[in-house]
Amino acid sequence: MSASSGATGMENEKQQSAASVRAVEIGVAAVVLLFGAIVVFDSYRVGARWGDDGPQAGYFPFYVGLLICLSSAAVLVRALRNTALAAESFVSREALKMILTVLVPTVVYVALIAFLGFYVASTIYIAYFMWRLGKYAWVKIAPIAIGVSVVFFLIFEIWFAVPLPKGPLEAALGLN
Amino acid sequence: MEEINALLQGFGVALSPFNLLLMFVGVVLGIIIGVLPGLGGANGVAILLPLTFTMAQQPGGTTSAIILLSCIYWGALFGGAITSILFNIPGEPWSVATTFDGHPLAQHGRAGSALTAAFTSSFFGALVAVIMITFLSPVVAGFALRFGPPEFFSVYLLTFCAFVGMSGGNAAKTVASMMIGFALAAVGLDSVTGTLRLTFGFTSLLKGFDFLIAVIGLFGIGEILETLEEGLAFKGAAARINMKVVLETWKELPRYWATSLRSAAVGCFMGIVPGGATPASFMSYGLAQRFSKDGKDFGKGKVEGVVAPETAAHAAGTSALLPMITLGVPGSPTAAVLLGGLLIWGLQPGPLLFVEKPDFVWGLIASMYLGNIAGLIVVLTCVPLFAAILRVPFSIIAPVIIVICAIGAYTVHNSMFDVYLMVVFGVIGYAFKKLRYPLAPMVLALVLGDRAEENFRNAIKGSQGDLLVFFSNGLVGSLTGLALILLFWPLIGALWRGLLRRGSRRAA
Repeated sequence: MSASSGATGMENEKQQSAASVRAVEIGVAAVVLLFGAIVVFDSYRVGARWGDDGPQAGYFPFYVGLLICLSSAAVLVRALRNTALAAESFVSREALKMILTVLVPTVVYVALIAFLGFYVASTIYIAYFMWRLGKYAWVKIAPIAIGVSVVFFLIFEIWFAVPLPKGPLEAALGLN
Repeated sequence: MEEINALLQGFGVALSPFNLLLMFVGVVLGIIIGVLPGLGGANGVAILLPLTFTMAQQPGGTTSAIILLSCIYWGALFGGAITSILFNIPGEPWSVATTFDGHPLAQHGRAGSALTAAFTSSFFGALVAVIMITFLSPVVAGFALRFGPPEFFSVYLLTFCAFVGMSGGNAAKTVASMMIGFALAAVGLDSVTGTLRLTFGFTSLLKGFDFLIAVIGLFGIGEILETLEEGLAFKGAAARINMKVVLETWKELPRYWATSLRSAAVGCFMGIVPGGATPASFMSYGLAQRFSKDGKDFGKGKVEGVVAPETAAHAAGTSALLPMITLGVPGSPTAAVLLGGLLIWGLQPGPLLFVEKPDFVWGLIASMYLGNIAGLIVVLTCVPLFAAILRVPFSIIAPVIIVICAIGAYTVHNSMFDVYLMVVFGVIGYAFKKLRYPLAPMVLALVLGDRAEENFRNAIKGSQGDLLVFFSNGLVGSLTGLALILLFWPLIGALWRGLLRRGSRRAA
């Protein structure tokens, strides 16, 4: 956002579309079509015909894949012919930014679990979320983020005896 | 009166102190799940399902486990009404019609009456549906004992064709979503031939895609992403319910007996058809508007406008369990998750369940009566408490929900790969929801895929590959025929209207 743009300019920019419904519709239909083609291809590879003792392994999935291809092709053709959809916004820039500020940390969080364990990763994730989206002070963030993880630890490790992945901190504390 | 005896024995099972405790725990958890954004009946049950694995191994444990999970379902149905009325946020698609009159009532300061009316009619709808289940399910199950593989496949076909024909959305998208579910269900080791399908050398894909992961991702993460777009703040009306308001509303409710009965009937009927709860709630709202003497005031805050959709939605949500326990065909995504639970606990849903595990079936049916009573008591007394949950800022509740989803996904198979998959399903769920691909058929196909394929294989194996086996006798033929009629229902309807128009023109 440029500093010179006024309040209305900013408002416009926020409402600006990041992608049209038509573009996303075409994109998703193409991906589904590709998926269907993969299913058809692999089912054909393992055998989609009548074997010695009944249908082969690919018999059922072959037709499933075929139906995926046909239905996604129908969606694709309809979207290609409907140019009016190009004017419709799938997601505004502001909303996309919002989604990415949540999605990216979520991906990082899930990746971190393998290294830090569930509890530490969750504490960091909740803290980041509160800091970034809620703009809380750290004195509020720390007790909530740590408290939630401790409660989860008590529920899952102790009450239900369902062990979740643990990392170096738990090892250091001897909680494994 | 055999059913009454069996039901009384079921009450004996369900009334044990432990099961009663589970009932209340389930209902409370369910309401919380129903109130929270990103958690609904389907993924709430999916997340908690792994916690019942150990419980189900004890003697009588499967009954306790299904009581806990089904009560979560009832609770979630009740909870959906709270968010619809107070916050104008339908927690589930079938709560949308409740917002039409429920939220205006709350804005006029009559939140208490709206909530009381909603809960009471939910309870009434559920009660009618449970009574229907009590007397109809043994009949359906007995009938289905005659089913062989061709009949079972036809029932599945009927289920899926109903989705395509009755959903009213884009048929191509419904088919695509459904077939993606079937394809994902086929991934992994094929149990019949021992062939690896669609794994492309990835060892993590050997055991295939678990529907629980798909449900948690599609409905949980997907919904959080969707909620984010609408902003972070929930603005809600204050919730106060006291005995006086409850009694006053109860005095008013008998006036709407016709609407209640009609909506319950619509709900029970539509609930048996998959995906029926949402159309049922809209349909009974529309019917109530048409038949009510102050139909023109609907949408401005009429108690009757809350009674109609809530009765129908709850009746439909409950009767969705009828095909699940008798035929092994779930009528809703949540029923699909419950069915998946049965499979995981080692039970074979279907007609034999009534013969082999009467304790389980009748315990479940008895718990439906008790669970809904428990639900009504809990919601009427604790609404302010549950509404307070929604006042927790989104920036705290959202990450906590995602952490819960991640824990739920991990505990299914103790696998990190599932957690990564959950995020992928979340993104797919978001895109599909926004492009109006229905998600319920995908989940149902994922759950039923293996069983549908198995029955299909056995059926055509028996007939040496002749597809006419699905028309080989009256029973399977009419099932398949009905499936085809439902599949082409929109076309048939259009054709019929065209003929009528032509006929009337000729007459004129």
